Amino acid sequence: MASAVISSSPFVCKSPAKDLGFSSFRKPSQISIHGCQKKSISRKIVSVMAPQRSSSTSGSVKTGMTMTEKILAKAAEKSHVVPGDNIWVNVDVLMTHDVCGPGAFGIFKREFGENAKVWDSEKIVVIPDHYIFTTDKRANRNVDIMREHCREQNIKYFYDITDLGDFRANPDYKGVCHVALAQEGHCRPGEVLLGTDSHTCTAGAFGQFATGIGNTDAGFVLGTGKILLKVPPTMRFILDGEMPSYLQAKDLILQIIGEISVAGATYKTMEFSGTTIESLTMEERMTLCNMVVEAGGKNGVIPPDATTFNYVENRTSVPFQPVYSDGNASFVADYRFDVSKLEPVVAKPHSPDNRALARECKDVKIDRVYIGSCTGGKTEDFMAAAKLFHAAGKQVKVPTFLVPATQKVWMDVYALPVPGAGGKTCAQIFEEAGCDTPTSPSCGACLGGPADTYARLNEPQVCVSTTNRNFPGRMGHKEGQIYLASPYTAAASALTGHVTDPREFLQ
Amino acid sequence: MASSLPTLSRALPSSSSKPPSPLVPFPSPSLKITTSTPFIPSSISLSSRGASFAIPRATPASHGSGSDETLAKTTFHGLCFVLKDNIDTDQIIPADKATIFPSNQQERDEIASNALSGLPDFHTTRFVEPGEIKSKYSIIISGENFGCGSSREHAPVCLGAAGAKAVVAQTYARIFFRNSVATGEVFPLESEVRVCDECTTGDTVTIELRDSGGLLTNHTTGKQYKLKAIGDAGPVIDAGGIFAYARKVGMIPSPSVA
Repeated sequence: MASAVISSSPFVCKSPAKDLGFSSFRKPSQISIHGCQKKSISRKIVSVMAPQRSSSTSGSVKTGMTMTEKILAKAAEKSHVVPGDNIWVNVDVLMTHDVCGPGAFGIFKREFGENAKVWDSEKIVVIPDHYIFTTDKRANRNVDIMREHCREQNIKYFYDITDLGDFRANPDYKGVCHVALAQEGHCRPGEVLLGTDSHTCTAGAFGQFATGIGNTDAGFVLGTGKILLKVPPTMRFILDGEMPSYLQAKDLILQIIGEISVAGATYKTMEFSGTTIESLTMEERMTLCNMVVEAGGKNGVIPPDATTFNYVENRTSVPFQPVYSDGNASFVADYRFDVSKLEPVVAKPHSPDNRALARECKDVKIDRVYIGSCTGGKTEDFMAAAKLFHAAGKQVKVPTFLVPATQKVWMDVYALPVPGAGGKTCAQIFEEAGCDTPTSPSCGACLGGPADTYARLNEPQVCVSTTNRNFPGRMGHKEGQIYLASPYTAAASALTGHVTDPREFLQ
Repeated sequence: MASSLPTLSRALPSSSSKPPSPLVPFPSPSLKITTSTPFIPSSISLSSRGASFAIPRATPASHGSGSDETLAKTTFHGLCFVLKDNIDTDQIIPADKATIFPSNQQERDEIASNALSGLPDFHTTRFVEPGEIKSKYSIIISGENFGCGSSREHAPVCLGAAGAKAVVAQTYARIFFRNSVATGEVFPLESEVRVCDECTTGDTVTIELRDSGGLLTNHTTGKQYKLKAIGDAGPVIDAGGIFAYARKVGMIPSPSVA
């Protein structure tokens, strides 16, 4: 495979036969998109326009639609939409949590009346997850407020928590909303899912349109079940090649964000396909779509397949209808990656697009490791970390904090045997490696949180984290330095006390 | 049942570049969408330095339909606070402040006093002085991707609560832009060039908006900059936010008069 870059002309790879693999960055200058388009001041990627595949110059021939266009068209009860169309879309699921729920319901009542009823009490999912295990009175208050609203509106899916001292005493409590949505069967191909959280895009892994909205928009949806949306154009990312054993979906998305920048997909859909994608589990696909927002993306999508159907059908009996991009759909950009050539990467402080090879950061001394969040706190993320710890057979050199995303993840950590570890569970392996005890499931310190949040960065320390953002102050202290990484890289780094490529322990 | 339309949404025209605007007039057959934005035509006098003005929040219902009024000049005037690129929502309002409920005045004041408190310490000038609720800067000038990160509305809300009237950024992150339009807390305007490199915190600026775009004048440097015309978000902002817009186009019923 040619060792050059994405393409000699920066954007388009039209003929599969000539597709150039994206090799690892041996020569930074190979990143031709930056080279061709970079402005002297700004790192902004100029809009990438691929030639239209099937032009409709006469206006009478309709082009095919991308997955996102199809989902939105159907939800707007239209036969066809194009990017730029502004349409009223029917919402299948609205999710909110403890931080934004009170505001969203407050606006709903203000606009529709104190006695108004939500549009459909079975299509709203309320998942307390952000600031739960804290003594902060206002945080606690927010969960109580949501309980009131849910009771009043007869909300079917309210994953409540009342006993903050023991999460296990709360049978309904789940934890991190995006993981809970998937685990509880609320993510289904072809649907429109909105959430009052930027990482709602995670659900795009299920082949649906999922994006984050604010309280005002959510208040509107609560009353109407509709939202005004502009159809986004789609950027296509085709990932082919066998996934190396030391690479994870987190590496893939950090790779991509590093490529296109934190605004590279602003207002656009990021559609992921290719043989590598097909080989990913649902949780890995979720990790990929989770950070679409970090590239500015409106939503991410992955074509649903047997892996998707298997996952979904095991969790819900609600029927769904998958959709796929037409062969003649138009994409505004095409990126291809030969995944077999990629290496573990990190995002250095203070931006998710500040990409670097993990192995090139091996001199960076770290103070702690954090494994958790919707991005990197799922069952498979902990399995991966445990697998590396087990393979290494060593103890961590820095405090290593483990925050399972949901109750179910926590239980898996304690119950499931790690493959190849002779029957040991993640929890056992973590204990032997000297990690902190896995804590109560929630968003935890990913976004700092109230001062008493477990694992919050309260000092200007260096942290390798499986989370999604590393802007200044993200995990608490403004001078904290956060390296975003995969669970493998995080575990490897914990063992050495420096940012470490997981191949040091896995091969 | 509340009979007045939301006061949260401020019906002011904004400038925005064409692609990123998420909202556009819904071509309802029953509604004539005028190209001139309906606005409260009041004459604004520029006060002394430091104060800023904007047209008071419009509540279209209380002003009658108003849809045939042509746009009068909308002006913002005051000191500017200059930032660079990728100012994310956690810098605008640290995440631990998200428990604040900006629906009552006391908490609104609290969130206001924390506006832009997440900026790293090399920003030696504070947006809101310790102990204060309001900022002396009414216009924020920034670079690219302003407001990236979270979907929390606390971001535009805290800026508005602190007295900011408008943001002039090179580009916006979409959720922040959308939330600014939806809440009406700050006007999200877009510049055509990198204004943030040519202005300094504390400069006196005036922004004048018109149908076709706007003009930013930096009185301290004497330079003027064109601002991009409002795009698709215009009719929603003009209507007074998403709720008012939806009522206008018949998507939701108007509140019944008690």
